[in-house]
Amino acid sequence: MHRINTARSFFSALFRTKSHPRSAPFSTSLLFDETQIQFKESVAQFATENIAPHASNIDHTNYFPKDVNLWKSMGDFNLLGITAPEEYGGLGLGYLYHCIAMEEISRASASVGLSYGAHSNLCINQLVRNGSPAQKQKYLPKLISGDHVGALAMSEPNSGSDVVSMKCKADHVEGGYVLNGNKMWCTNGPVAQTLVVYAKTDITAGSKGITAFIIEKGMPGFSTAQKLDKLGMRGSDTCELVFENCFVPEENVLGKEGKGVYVMMSGLDLERLVLAAGPLGIMQASVDVVLPYVRQREQFGRPIGEFQFIQGKVADMYTSLQSSRSYVYSVARDCDNGKVDPKDCAGAILCAAERATQVALQAIQCLGGNGYVNEYPTGRFLRDAKLYEIGAGTSEIRRMIIGRELFKEQ
Amino acid sequence: MKIMVGIKRVVDYAVKIRVKGDKTGVVTENVKMSMNPFCEIALEEALRLREYGLASEVVAVSVGPSQCLDTLRTALAMGADRGIHVHSTSSLFPLSVAKILTHLVLFEKPSLLFLGKQAIDDDCNQTGQIIAGLLNWPQATFASKVLLHKDKQVVTVDREVDDGIETLSLNLPAVITTDLRLNQPRYATLPNIMKAKSKPVNKFTLEEFNLQIKSDLEILQVTEPPKRKPGVLVASVDDLIHKLKHDANVI
Repeated sequence: MHRINTARSFFSALFRTKSHPRSAPFSTSLLFDETQIQFKESVAQFATENIAPHASNIDHTNYFPKDVNLWKSMGDFNLLGITAPEEYGGLGLGYLYHCIAMEEISRASASVGLSYGAHSNLCINQLVRNGSPAQKQKYLPKLISGDHVGALAMSEPNSGSDVVSMKCKADHVEGGYVLNGNKMWCTNGPVAQTLVVYAKTDITAGSKGITAFIIEKGMPGFSTAQKLDKLGMRGSDTCELVFENCFVPEENVLGKEGKGVYVMMSGLDLERLVLAAGPLGIMQASVDVVLPYVRQREQFGRPIGEFQFIQGKVADMYTSLQSSRSYVYSVARDCDNGKVDPKDCAGAILCAAERATQVALQAIQCLGGNGYVNEYPTGRFLRDAKLYEIGAGTSEIRRMIIGRELFKEQ
Repeated sequence: MKIMVGIKRVVDYAVKIRVKGDKTGVVTENVKMSMNPFCEIALEEALRLREYGLASEVVAVSVGPSQCLDTLRTALAMGADRGIHVHSTSSLFPLSVAKILTHLVLFEKPSLLFLGKQAIDDDCNQTGQIIAGLLNWPQATFASKVLLHKDKQVVTVDREVDDGIETLSLNLPAVITTDLRLNQPRYATLPNIMKAKSKPVNKFTLEEFNLQIKSDLEILQVTEPPKRKPGVLVASVDDLIHKLKHDANVI
């Protein structure tokens, strides 16, 4: 990102480069007040200028750009600690703003968005919600500035949807714990300095035996295995974590021993909410690409956007986006007001993710043959969108959560 | 030292302009509006002067309908200390705007008035010059570099003119209009967007100013420029000369 430090500027203000005109001007809905609209437009401009130009390459190479540090850029733009207190460098705002940022970053690049979500919500927000003052002071500032990358690991090769069956052990020893086991599907795993990891301090106690730990890169016995070669979200590095007699000091327990399931499950609700804004961004990006294309591409002597079939597809894309958006931001507002309903957090991402896959498919269809060519981003949109039906609890788990809760409620 | 910056809300530079059906103007319904790019540059320069410790306050001013508040809020989010909105529903030409801003300058007493060199909707390039005339202040237009010597109450300005760069020295108070290469405006950072909510914006009406603003300009018609005619291939130099002489009438 352009950071021009002239001899005269004492403050590191962020200078803009020429921004690219965006295709679809309507990306706001009726849900925001003026400050939130300004916030959204500001993040959108940042993402258009600093993230979008790299999106295609990130997908192609399966790496974040080498010549520019996106984490630092986002940190400098105050994007990483939106829900963190100002004393650690955060903005002290709520989930609504976090969702807005997540949507606009994902719109520019869904891979960057996913890594951003894992860093800012799964790691940073969990530390904010559950960390002791000492832990927050130690870990948050560098995570929020972008100097360090954060991650979270709960799944294992044999514990995905059945995450409570996890086998990674944490044996209590003098001064701390020794961890043994593997974690799977860890976003940002290869590059993270700070990781929130769940392990069983009591294998026999089921969910009550889970404890959350803060792991630092470099702790002896902790290593990362192969980076995964994924269908989509390429560049958002995912890998397996390996613990071989890894000693973790007492002060790195996040929350309380045996109370990890609370940290995990309550965190999952908010993770689903914030990540739900990811598919919103992908849907918006799809519309951004499709509209100019159907206005310009002509067949039978007319722009194809004049034909009803195409108009139907565009209408479906638009209404999917707007309805998912309304759901996600309404839930965000409720969460900001202290009303966190697991059904709606799961419902928001269930709805947005499944719609996003369909919207991306339609985007490819609207572009016809061009949609099938990797020069156009629609293929990437589809591959990226599909992840959101799986990560943060599969659609099946989400349905189970909602149905089970509704059944229990009388 | 107080700096005042005039900002105008215009159709966003990236929008494809379309002429209204009745030819009275361009379509502004549902069209993205933004701060005039040259006004952004003017505001950026004022903010930098405040950051160097040479000014204590930057006041952003806008004249127009209530939607101007959006643009003023952007100015506050970029870092202006407070805003002034002069409400007017009719569209105003530079002379009228200059009279209003002159009134504000006499009221606020800034040492420097920054304006963009022109607005990208009308391209008039007049407001700054007229205000300087009305106030009898020195002016430096098309500024590409600004150096403020606060202790001497003098500002040195490089101007981009047809012959090259002209350097002027002006005694304060002065009017400066900003050109493209003066600076690159900053983003409105997210913390500043949140802080802007609590910054004050004073609203005035023209009646409060006791100003009779009567426009002596009337827009008769707005049309698109004629479509570019295709060129003509000439067979020889003689043919070219013949065409230049008889068809184009340029020689």
